[in-house]
This record gives sequence, C-alpha cells and structure tokens, in this order.
Amino acid sequence: MADGRAAAKRRINPRLWLSGGWLLILAVAALAAPLLAPQDPLAQDLFASRLPPMWQGGSEPGFPLGTDSLGRDVLSRVLYGARIALLVALVAGTCTCALGAVLGLIAGYYRGWADVVISRLIEIWMAFPPVLFAILLIAVMGTGLTSIIVAIVVIDWTRFARVIRAEAMTQGAMDYVASAKVAGRGRFGIMIREILPNVLPTIVVLLTLEMGIAVIVEAILSFVNLSISTDDPTWGSMIAEGRAAIHHSWWVLVVPLITLFLTVLSFSQLGEGLKDHFDPVLR
Amino acid sequence: MSFLELKNLNARVGPLPILRDVSLQVAPGEVRALVGESGAGKSMIGKAILGTLPDAIRITGGEILLEGEDLQAMSPKDRRRMIGAKVALIPQDPLTALNPARRVGPQICNRLVDILGWRRREAEARVIELLHEVHIPAPERVMRAYPHELSGGMRQRILIASAFAAEPQLIIADEPTTALDVTVQKQILRLIRDMQARHGTALLFVTHDLGVVSKLCQSMTVLFGGKVLEDTSVDQFFSAPDHAYSAALLAATPKYTDPGGSLMPVPEATIHAVEAEIAAHDLAHQTETVRQ
Ligand SMILES: Nc1ncnc2c1ncn2[C@@H]1O[C@H](COP(=O)(O)OP(=O)(O)OP(=O)(O)O)[C@@H](O)[C@H]1O
Ligand SMILES: [Mg+2]
Repeated sequence: MADGRAAAKRRINPRLWLSGGWLLILAVAALAAPLLAPQDPLAQDLFASRLPPMWQGGSEPGFPLGTDSLGRDVLSRVLYGARIALLVALVAGTCTCALGAVLGLIAGYYRGWADVVISRLIEIWMAFPPVLFAILLIAVMGTGLTSIIVAIVVIDWTRFARVIRAEAMTQGAMDYVASAKVAGRGRFGIMIREILPNVLPTIVVLLTLEMGIAVIVEAILSFVNLSISTDDPTWGSMIAEGRAAIHHSWWVLVVPLITLFLTVLSFSQLGEGLKDHFDPVLR
Repeated sequence: MSFLELKNLNARVGPLPILRDVSLQVAPGEVRALVGESGAGKSMIGKAILGTLPDAIRITGGEILLEGEDLQAMSPKDRRRMIGAKVALIPQDPLTALNPARRVGPQICNRLVDILGWRRREAEARVIELLHEVHIPAPERVMRAYPHELSGGMRQRILIASAFAAEPQLIIADEPTTALDVTVQKQILRLIRDMQARHGTALLFVTHDLGVVSKLCQSMTVLFGGKVLEDTSVDQFFSAPDHAYSAALLAATPKYTDPGGSLMPVPEATIHAVEAEIAAHDLAHQTETVRQ
C-alpha cells in the first residue's frame, strides 16, 4: 500500500507541470520586463502604428508582436501588463487568503461566540452582490492599484472563511485533537500545530484559485476603466483598446486576450493539480 | 485511597441526561472494566475524566477526584497539566488518533516535552525504548513515518507505547481493539496486559466484550443508560452477578463450552425493568432538586 502511494506521489502530473511552467515563465518575464521588452511600453510612434506581428508581411524588426493604433509595442505592453497582473494576484490573493483563513480557523475550531459572530458576518457579507460591491468600493476609494486589491480582499475573504471553517470543524472533532489536549496542549497550540497542517493543502489550493480570480477581476476592472490610469499597460485596458481596432489590427486584441486566458487557466489548473497532488498523501 | 474517584457524576445534553449519578473508583494499579451496551455513556465517562467532552455535553453535578483533588475546581491550565502528567489515553480508532499531517515521532514525544519538560533528545530516546517494548521493528524509521504509511495494528502499538511513555498512573483505554481485525485484536490485548503488568499502571478499560473482561480485568462497573447498575469484582460477576441485567448480559455472552446455546439477546423484560429503574431514579432526582 505504501508503495502505491509513493508511486502516485512520484508520478509527474502534467496538469501541474504545464500550468506551473507557464506561470513561472510569466513571473520571470514580468520581473525581467525592463530587460526583455524591446520598446518602452508607453512610447507612442504614430509613424509605426498598426504594424502587424513579425510573421505577417509589412512587419518591422523591434516590434515582434506588432503595434497598436498609437504605435505602442504590443509585446512590451503585455510584458509590463504581466507585472501588474501578477502583483495584484500575489498581494490580493495572499491578503484574502490570510484574512479568510484566520477567521475560518477561529470560527471552525474555537466555535462558541467567535463562530456565531464570524458566521453571521459571512452571511451578511454574502448577501451583497459582489460586482456592485466592488464598483461601490472603488467609487468611494478612487481608482488605483490599492483600491483594486482592497476590493478583492474585502469581497472574497468569505470564500476562504467558509471552506476553512468547515474543514477546521471536521478536523477539530478528530481523536488526535483530543489526544493533543490530553497531552497538555492549549487551544491555540492545537489550532496551530495540529489543525493548521491539515487544512494547509486546502488553503494552498484556494490560494491559487484566488490568484486566478484576482487576475481576471483586475482585467475586468481595467477593461471598464475602473482600474489604474489608462496610460499604464494592463491586459484589461489593452483588450478594451483592441476591441475597438479588431477590424484592422486583430493582434492588439488577441495577444493580451490569449495571455490572460492562459494565465487564468493556469492558476485554476495549478489549484486542481495541487489538490490531486495532496490527496493521496493525506486522505 | 483510590487514585481516581467519580462521585455522583451527572451530565446532560440539553435536558437529556447522559450520565446519571455515576460513581466509580480506580485504585492504583487496578484494572477496572467499564462495560455496557452501545450508547450507555462509557466513552463520555472517559472524556469527562480527560476533559475532552464535546461542547454540547455539560456536567451538571458531581465530582471527579484525581488523587483526592477535584479536577473541576482547577483552572483549565492546572487541570491540563495534572491530566497530562498522570493520565493517558489509548483511543478507539488508531486512524484518527494520529495527526495525518505530522510525522509520528514528534507527535508521541509531545507529552514528555510539553508537560514533563524533558529535552527532545531524551524524549525521543525514551519513546524509541517504548517502541521496542511494543515490538515495533525499526523504531527510528517509524518515528520518521507519516501515519498513513503504517498499518492499523502498528498505529495502535505506537499509541500504546506513547500512552505508557510518560509513566502515567492511570490509562483510559476506550475500546482499543474494535477498529482492528480479529488476529491483531488478540495481539494488542496481550500487549496491553503485559505492559500494564510491567508498569503497574491502573487501567480503566472500556469494552463490551465480557470475554476480554474476564481475561484482563479485576473489577468492573456495569453501565446502562448512563447509570451504574453494578460495581463488583470480576470473579463475583462471573460466578453470581447481582443485578438482573448483569445476569442477562452474562447469559448473552458466548461460552467456549457451549458457543451456540448461550447466544441469546438480553430479554426485553429485563431491559424494560432497567428502564423503569432509571425512570424512577430520574423522578427521585427531580423531586429531590425541587425540594432543595
Ligand atoms: N457530541 C454529542 N452530542 C450529543 N450527544 C452525544 C454526543 N456524543 C454522544 N452523545 C450521546 O451520549 C450518549 C453516550 O454516548 P457514548 O459515546 O458515551 O456511548 P458508548 O457507551 O461509548 O457507546 P459505544 O459502545 O457505541 O462507543 C449516547 O446516547 C449518545 O447519543
Ligand atoms: Mg464509545
């Protein structure tokens, strides 16, 4: 039996590798954008507008994925857009996860009045329509990267809190928790040392899913112009501009769209892959 | 003086009584069986002593004395220290009794380090010694394993070693073999008996198997519906049980001499009589509280 499990652990999970690979490439590209980008992502050049990508006739060297209607290099803009997308994914994902997981753990393990308060809060929170909530928040706080991140955290922490609460509750009823108590562990110690390691796989899976959600929320908000200033290259604003120019320069729309699609897909597939990866070991 | 003493312990879920005036004593080194059908409240007695009752269950009266000290009068922290130093548990299901996300070694060393203040090195050495004692091959490797890498019987041996490691004065074993298959059950019971004899630990052995009781225990408490029906020595019980329910229980247990003939259920009339007895007890209890 132990051998079968070890084998399952060793087997390469293609889903995990493909999605992880794409995200790794993207992260490296985003970090090294100033070195990799052939052009300044903001530089306009009306004489070089709507240049096609390099595999089509009429392209120019230095603009491998073509230019948009203002003559800005599409590849450079996608690379710089990746910085913003991944920054939002990382910060918003981590904060959402931390807030939701902590509240969920406390509610699920401590129960009692803490659970009553947190559960009520979750119920009330989820009664708000999320998109309206986001637009309202940004209207109050103004546009900008911070507002987007705050909006994502404020809206999505319930997703974590609900799942982690349920998991902490099942784990809390297990005999090993009673054993730890008999062995003299305090409540907080049990929560950190006994419960947390068991809900950690779930937290990691949810975290990757949340990062995907953060990327798409940021794209949608910049698509409707509620994100950061229109000058900054974001995938969402590129898609919005590309939509207007679809008839004469399709690449302006298609390149950021495919990048966004692959990134969001990779995050969700990474989450699923990690779930499979953890499962045979722990259950 | 008895090491553990319960005095008129009462517990409820909402208005429903779970334990009714339960009194029992365990002397140092004594092996006492706690016998009763499913739902009688055996596990709840163990949990009340260890302080691990579910939130829904409240103790409404009575005392739990450990070496004459009332556990319920202590602060939660003192109580944890006292229990951690003097009492240990061999749980029913070795699968859920070990944390699946942590290696075995650190888990079973916890008590020695946290409560008794041993150094981790010493604790590990001691646990490895105990693992040898419960016939675990390659204990050093087992200490580094995760619970899912070990068989049920192995896990239960490890939990037994862990229970004896801190030399507690009392071990509560809650049906420690029901989750194992029959051949392993016998080994584990023999192991518990040998370990108990060697270490001289008092044992409160929860079971519904009278065969096991006759081989392992000296005294026994018979429980039904959260009420103690009989508190007697094992010899006395098997030769001349006092309570009608005990007699019926004994008659319902298969005997080696006549395996088929003795297998009959406890007669309904007996059950009804016991239930009436409990109802009368509850009523008396109520009028008593009203009068006060
Ligand atoms: N978490 C709980 N909440 C409410 N009632 C409970 C809870 N756990 C157990 N009970 C009730 O307490 C009573 C005693 O249960 P207990 O587990 O002590 O029985 P037991 O004698 O150990 O039975 P078994 O042989 O099946 O283990 C039962 O009637 C049960 O329904
Ligand atoms: Mg039980």
